[in-house]
Amino acid sequence: MTAICILNSPDTPHSRKDILESMTTATIDGQKKVESIDPITLAVIQSSLQQVCDEMDLSFSRAAFSPVIAEANDRSDGIYSADNGELIAQGALGLPVFVGTMQFSTRVLIEMIQSGEVAAPEPGDIYIVNDPYLGGTHLMDVRFALPYFYEGKLFCWLSNTGHWPDIGGTVPGGFSANATAVEQEGLRIPPVKLFKKGEIDKEIYSIICSNIRVADQRIGDVKAQAAALLVGQERLTQLIKRYRLPVITSAIAELRQRAAQQMRQKLTEVADGNYTGTAYVDSDGVVDEPLTIQINMQKRDGELHIDFDGTSPPCAGPMNSVLATTQSSIYLAMRHIFPDVPINAGAFDPLHIKDPEGTFLYAKYPRPVSGCAAEVSQRIAEAVFAALVPALPELVPAAPAGSSGNFALGGFDPERNSSYVMYQLSGGGYGGNYHHDGLTNGCSTIGISKTPPIEVMEQYFPVLYREYALREGSGGAGEHRGGFGIQYSIELRRGEAQASFVMDHGRVGPQGVLGGKDGAVNTVTVWRDNEPYTPLHLSKDQGIAIKAGDRVDVATPGGGGFGDPAKRSTDAIQQDLEYGYYTAEEIRDAYQ
Amino acid sequence: MNKKQSAATSASNETALNVIAGIDVGGTFTDLLLFDASGNLVFGKTPTTLDNQAFGVMNALEKCAIDTATIDTIVHGTTTTTNAVLERKLARTGMITTRGFRDIIELGRRTRPQPYGMFGQFKPVIPRDLRLEVSERMDADGNVLIPLDEQEVIDALQTLKSMGCESLVIHFLHSYANTSHEKRTAEIAAQHWPNEYITTGHSLLSEYREYERGVTACINASVQPILHNYIDKLQGELKNAGYKNDLLVMNGNGGMVSASRVIKESAKTVMSGPASGVMAAAYTAKRAGINNIITYDMGGTSTDVAMILDAVPGVSHELEIEYAMPIHVPMVDVRTIGSGGGSIAFVNDAGLLQVGPDSAGATPGPICYGRGGKEPTISDANLVLGRLNTSSFLSDNNTSIDDVRSAINKKIAEPLALSTDAAAGAILTIANNKMAGAVRMVSISRGHDPRDFSLFAFGGAGPLHAVAIARELGIPNVLIPARPGITNALGCVVANVRHDFVNTINSPLDTLQDSTLLDTFTAQRERGQQLINAESVTIDNLQYRYSADMQFIGQTHLLNVPIDSPAVTVEELQQKFEAVYLQRFHVELKEIRANLVNINTTVIGTRPELDLSRLIDPAGRKASLNDALSETREVWFDGGWHSTPVYIRESMPLDAVIHGPAIIEQMDTTVVVEANCTARSDDDGNLHIELS
Repeated sequence: MTAICILNSPDTPHSRKDILESMTTATIDGQKKVESIDPITLAVIQSSLQQVCDEMDLSFSRAAFSPVIAEANDRSDGIYSADNGELIAQGALGLPVFVGTMQFSTRVLIEMIQSGEVAAPEPGDIYIVNDPYLGGTHLMDVRFALPYFYEGKLFCWLSNTGHWPDIGGTVPGGFSANATAVEQEGLRIPPVKLFKKGEIDKEIYSIICSNIRVADQRIGDVKAQAAALLVGQERLTQLIKRYRLPVITSAIAELRQRAAQQMRQKLTEVADGNYTGTAYVDSDGVVDEPLTIQINMQKRDGELHIDFDGTSPPCAGPMNSVLATTQSSIYLAMRHIFPDVPINAGAFDPLHIKDPEGTFLYAKYPRPVSGCAAEVSQRIAEAVFAALVPALPELVPAAPAGSSGNFALGGFDPERNSSYVMYQLSGGGYGGNYHHDGLTNGCSTIGISKTPPIEVMEQYFPVLYREYALREGSGGAGEHRGGFGIQYSIELRRGEAQASFVMDHGRVGPQGVLGGKDGAVNTVTVWRDNEPYTPLHLSKDQGIAIKAGDRVDVATPGGGGFGDPAKRSTDAIQQDLEYGYYTAEEIRDAYQ
Repeated sequence: MNKKQSAATSASNETALNVIAGIDVGGTFTDLLLFDASGNLVFGKTPTTLDNQAFGVMNALEKCAIDTATIDTIVHGTTTTTNAVLERKLARTGMITTRGFRDIIELGRRTRPQPYGMFGQFKPVIPRDLRLEVSERMDADGNVLIPLDEQEVIDALQTLKSMGCESLVIHFLHSYANTSHEKRTAEIAAQHWPNEYITTGHSLLSEYREYERGVTACINASVQPILHNYIDKLQGELKNAGYKNDLLVMNGNGGMVSASRVIKESAKTVMSGPASGVMAAAYTAKRAGINNIITYDMGGTSTDVAMILDAVPGVSHELEIEYAMPIHVPMVDVRTIGSGGGSIAFVNDAGLLQVGPDSAGATPGPICYGRGGKEPTISDANLVLGRLNTSSFLSDNNTSIDDVRSAINKKIAEPLALSTDAAAGAILTIANNKMAGAVRMVSISRGHDPRDFSLFAFGGAGPLHAVAIARELGIPNVLIPARPGITNALGCVVANVRHDFVNTINSPLDTLQDSTLLDTFTAQRERGQQLINAESVTIDNLQYRYSADMQFIGQTHLLNVPIDSPAVTVEELQQKFEAVYLQRFHVELKEIRANLVNINTTVIGTRPELDLSRLIDPAGRKASLNDALSETREVWFDGGWHSTPVYIRESMPLDAVIHGPAIIEQMDTTVVVEANCTARSDDDGNLHIELS
């Protein structure tokens, strides 16, 4: 593999003589000169485009610096149309919440280039943008976009998103629980060229670095993120050279149409009619009132018409969702239901989503949005599940814990004489489903990331885990019960620190379905001088001062139960009892 | 080097050689390969006996008509522990662990089995009621925060015994930093536990990460009695048959270890099957002068891929045997990239042909197996296209080629408006494209361009697809060993004795002294020497491989940095790390400090070189290629039928040159030489296929 040294040698396709040469050779040596594509070539091109994206994902993760990208895979890579930014293909191992988001940001970028607000692309350029209102998620998700030129002409965009560990703002890490404007959440970057003709713009980069924490490590992620796009560029060029541009162009159009056809085919399993689902966000972190997500779906003419009428208005705190995230949340929920439909703009065609104007799911500047990608997105997915479970009981589970369980601890370690920010992200129980009980301690609906080991956390941070255990009794009862959440107790060993929480499901547990019971709610208790403190907003709080000897106890939600508990087998109930999953009393109450 | 080896071989030919037998148990067959006292080879193949693999082993020995009493060394590859883990048929095992943390091995690291679909379940190795907690706690530096409560240990032991546990795991937090509580608990257990099945977390790997270390220890404990019982029985049988020496058993690291020692570290055998195949590949290719290869082992139900660089197979200690089941002991880095000949082809809702991921498996298997399979598979396509021999394939069942054709026609050809032939061809095109993509991902995930490698194909179906896949990947050269179907048994015969050591340091590199490196490496090296000296195997010499697992501070993933000498300095290590990082990730990070996580040493006792040139009996080779021609049949290549010669591999003259298209059939596989390729044999009987 050619070494990619992105800072020094622009390696742009149109400047490469060998491409032109090989184009000529391809004609001479009589490769199949098909203009209309046979179904076999089409299938091969489909998997090859997918492969290009998978390689970008792999390259990004392997080279990335931050654990959040390298280990938690909080990133995604894809190929987007040059005309309107529509999704052509996306890596299979991208973070689920990014399904579809980058097509919004790419479209906005194209529009801004056309209107002259943003400089036109040249080979070797890479744009950077994190503005949530321009097709994004939260500020920490930084997107790179590379204009892909073939024979001197813009053919498509390669774009990726990576979650940066910090983007400035009042809270280290960016997950503010009570920001009231986006400016408090961090640095907002409009689309600008971070790389110009292959060279990083050191001035722009230094502005970014001056506004974020632990900036010295960011260069590792920036290089990885750009290198992934260059890998994609190289591989895409090989693909086009092999099949020729007209074939690839018509294949892309054909695949788009076929993905739509496939989604329509899947939707035939949903009977015509109306379906509604509701989910609640505990609060926005500022005003202590629940936010309602009401989703209404109508299946007619083979397609799904979706609106959010009845959803709460924009909120003061950071639980607003930008439009791109709201729509992507529906896409990712549908993909959880139909995992074999490829990720491609066509798959979204049969899903008509009415813009949720006037609700907190269509945030506009300067509404704070830091909670949208991690929490609100999961509540939207939960509402989709709740709406569709009666129609597709074999494919849709009861509600999962659906929270990233974000506990952040920022402090100063006197022994090491250094500041730190620690994240304890947690899973919870998945909903029971038609086939079996829910998974215990599954990752968030929108994520695929692992938690770091306790032994690593205790090495890096001045904390001691007193307990890290399965949370007994937390799975909602049902014919197939919900999986269990976890409970942990973390003590601060040295110095002082501030604890923050962005979690959810503290007010209402993940819903059981078809007769199943709800899973247990999330709880947070901070013990200071042995006095318990419960956040006013239950699952969200910020800047709680603690000192050595104080501790934080968290219990995460269990999954909702599926089906009537009376139908649960006696063997399964007996085993639950033997394993201590429930007390005898809980069993009596739930299954008598 | 080669000269010296051949001299040694011919010299020792005159005296009596050690008689050595490799016996590998696979899913379907138990294979035996024996080198006798005069260097001749004997083969044996019998059906695997699933209930107790020992019967199949003894059958194979009987079948080859060699007096077991005359065998000096038997090296055995077994899937006893693999099957026990995958089927969760484990010994009843109890766990004693740190108070507050008994659920670690059930909670895992917060994952789900697949990115999309909120489904899936996970069954912990040890059920919750058999995991007991005692008071004790270390911190990350190994300081005792809560002393071990010995009375609680005794109580826990009694409880676990009364619950019928046969095996025991002792797993405490931070035991890699301070082993004293685990060791003390093991001492107490030794007085109360009725047997020797006691596994401490730190003893298999002294590495941080409580989930991975814990699961590794649990797997070890819960297969120990099973492996012990199996090995005892087999040794008894062998002894009755007259075998006098210690049985040797293959480990997942590609080395072998004596039966008496293998029990203690049973977990190391769990992934030994694929490892022995890769060892054989490395050995075979090195003799052929090819040191960089990608192995492609395609069977009926799975396909395994590994990379060999400079004749050394990559080793990883971060493999998972299945979802959320890590076994973190050093093992040959073999990746399963999908199913095999049984992968099912279908047309999806979008009207696109797909192959896999569903597989017909071994039962019912492809349609052509005649066991009730109804879905067209890769094997069925190979048969319809004349790549597989219809008469030998369908002879022992009541399926006809028309049955296979009509299924492909109905399920693939009609929906796609193709001819049956073209539909079968399409199945191979899609399957090869997909498998090539998967091989490519394995290669680049390890930082290598597949074009810099040769493709080494084995397994029943590997040689059928190898050339097509090499072409997709831009690999110029395919190597097919003499006996692709018994590669694992060959791996047993050629395996070395091997021990791996890992010690966690986990400190910024610039805070370390050069002496820390030297002392750790030296201690590991000495331990390895002791272990190998205690084995009853003839060793040519000892080799040492040193490496460090490193990262930049702030990262969590590790990079393995090979080191030439234990006397490496901190400064040299920094430079080596930066170089490896650049090579692997194409990124330079001079701005950031490095962290040394683990120090690793591998000690290898190499065994005397074996002559592989008789894997295909030279006496069976004919004088001319024409004499090896069995038939000419119609075979589908590149969208059309071609009259294609079919040769018998065992009869081909060693100097034959075959221009594709051609089919080469042998007892255990079929080789497809596509058009525009040239196949030649080397002295060992390997086929080298050059793609033009």
